[in-house]
Amino acid sequence: MIEIVETGPLNTVQDLGRPGYRNIGVTASGAMDSLAMEVGNILLGNPQGAAVIEVQTFPFRLRFVKGGAFAVTGADCGAKLDGVALPPWWAVQVETGQVLELFPPLRDARAYVSLTGGVDVAQVMGSRSTSLRGNFGGLSGRTLAVGDDIATGPAEPAVLPKGGFGVVPPTVALKDVFPVDEGGALLIRALPAGEHDLFGSDADRFWRQPWKISARSDRTGYRLSGDPIHPVEAVEMRSHGVVPGVIQVPPAGEPIVQMSDANTAGGYPKIAGVIEADLWRMGQARIGSTLRFLPATHAEARAIEKALAAYVEDIRNTARLVSKALAAMA
Amino acid sequence: MSVLQQTPFPTPTSIVPNSEGLAKISFIGARAFLLEAPGAFDLPNQRRIWALSRALEGHEDVAEIVPGMTNLLMILKVTPDDPEAVIQQLQDEWRRAQGIDLAGRQIDVSVIYGGEHATDLPALCDLSGLSDREVVRIHHEGIYRVFALGSAPGFGYLHGLDPRIHMPRKTVPSLKMARGCVTIGGMQTGVAVLTGPNGWNSIGFAELQMFDPLAATPALMAPGDIVRFRPERIEL
Repeated sequence: MIEIVETGPLNTVQDLGRPGYRNIGVTASGAMDSLAMEVGNILLGNPQGAAVIEVQTFPFRLRFVKGGAFAVTGADCGAKLDGVALPPWWAVQVETGQVLELFPPLRDARAYVSLTGGVDVAQVMGSRSTSLRGNFGGLSGRTLAVGDDIATGPAEPAVLPKGGFGVVPPTVALKDVFPVDEGGALLIRALPAGEHDLFGSDADRFWRQPWKISARSDRTGYRLSGDPIHPVEAVEMRSHGVVPGVIQVPPAGEPIVQMSDANTAGGYPKIAGVIEADLWRMGQARIGSTLRFLPATHAEARAIEKALAAYVEDIRNTARLVSKALAAMA
Repeated sequence: MSVLQQTPFPTPTSIVPNSEGLAKISFIGARAFLLEAPGAFDLPNQRRIWALSRALEGHEDVAEIVPGMTNLLMILKVTPDDPEAVIQQLQDEWRRAQGIDLAGRQIDVSVIYGGEHATDLPALCDLSGLSDREVVRIHHEGIYRVFALGSAPGFGYLHGLDPRIHMPRKTVPSLKMARGCVTIGGMQTGVAVLTGPNGWNSIGFAELQMFDPLAATPALMAPGDIVRFRPERIEL
C-alpha cells in the first residue's frame, strides 16, 4: 500500500493495456514505455502484466504505508528514497513510512514505479490501465491525486540484495540497435502505409526532414511540426481501424503519430506506421525533441524485436540468479 | 429516450456472388494489415467484410480483428516472417468471403433536431441547398445499418445516409462537441459517445447511453443492427 504525497496532473496507473476491444471502439491504453514497465516488474519478480504507476509530470512523491519493494525504471528522474539517491533502473526493498521522490528528468519523458504485487485496482475489460478518454480503468478512470491510497496485490516478498540492484538501461545496452543521428534526433523505423505514395515527392521529404514533437502531444498522440506534407490529391477515406504508431496526415499537413491512447479508428491519410519495437522510444521522446523516420522492412522489425527480447531475457535470467543466490545464502 | 428491442432480423443469409476484384492491402507498422474492399461503400461490400471477419477469427496467428467501413484491420500476434504470404492469404480469404448478413436488432434513437447542439446544421443547409426542415426530414427518414464500431467506446458508424446530406468532415475539428451530438461525417452518420474534439458535423442531440465498461456487453450497438432516428423535437 502506498499513499500519493505529491503529483503532477497526468500520472496514471497503467499495465500492458486492454487490446482486443478495438472492434467496439475501446483504446488499448497501457504504458507508453512498455519496456521500462516490463523490466521494473522483472526486477521485483512480478507477473509480466502487473500494473505500475506511469509518472510523466514531476515532482512526484509517495509514502510506503507498508514495507515491500519497488523499482523505478524509464526516464532517469533522480529518484531518492528518504533523501538518498538511487541509481536509475533500480529495485530496492523499502520499509513502512519511507518516502520515494522523483524529480523532473533531464532527458526522456516518463518514469515507471513498480511495486511488489503490482498496483491492485479493479480490472476493467481485462486490464488495470487507466483510460482517460473513456473515464474507466485505473483509479476510477482518472489521474492520480494527492492523498490517494493505492493498494498492491498479494505477493511473495521480493528477495533483493541489500542496497538493491539494477540493470543497464536499454538506451545504453542497446545503443547500436536504437540509434540517434549526429544531431541527437531519434531515428524511428517505420513501414510505408496505405496512402504513402499519394504524397508524391512530399513522401521523400517526410523521410528526409527532421520532425519536432509539438507541445500539443500527449498519450493519445504526438503532433509533429515541420515543413507540411500534402497528398497530391485530396482523399475522403472510409474509417478504418488503426494501431499505435500509425502516422496520419491531417489536412494541415503536419503528421500525427498515434500513441498508447490512440483512437481505434481513423480516416486521415496515413503515410507510415512506426514499428512496435520503436514505440517505447517514442514513449520516452520529449515535447520539443526531434525525430527522423527511417523506412524499414518486416525483416528489420523482427531483428530489432529479437534484440529487445534478448535484452529482456538476459535481465530475467540475472534476476532469477540473484534471487536464487540470495535465497541460498539466507 | 427509448431503445426498443424489436424482433431480430432473420439471421442469415443473402449470398453475394464473389467478384474477382482484389482488395487493397497495406501495412500499419509490422504486425497490422489493412484490407480495403474494392468498389462501393455499400451493404454488399460490408457483408463480405463481416464474412471475412468471421473467417479470420479462428486463425491462430491472429491477435485482433477490427472491421471498419468496407475494410478490415487484422493484427497478428507476432511480426510475420513473410509479409507477402500474409497478403496472399488475406487476398484468398477475401476472394472466398461470401456476403453474410448479421442478425441485428433495431435501435430507435430519439433525437432533438436543431437547437443548441446542431452547430453545423446551417452549414449543411448551405452545402446541400436544402432547408433545415428538409435536412432533418431526410435524416430521420433514413434506415441506417451499423457497419462497424470504432473511434470511441461504443461509437457505431452508420451507413445509409442519403447522398443529398453527405457532408465532408471538418478541416478543423470542433474542440468540445458534446456526447450525444447526432453527426454526419462524409457519407456516414452516428451519435457522438464522448465529449471532446470531433471533426463530424452536428445536426441534433440524443440522450443515449451507448457504452458501459462494466456491462457484460459494453457496447449498445453491434455491427448489423438497424438504427432509426425518431424526432422527439425539432427546434429550428
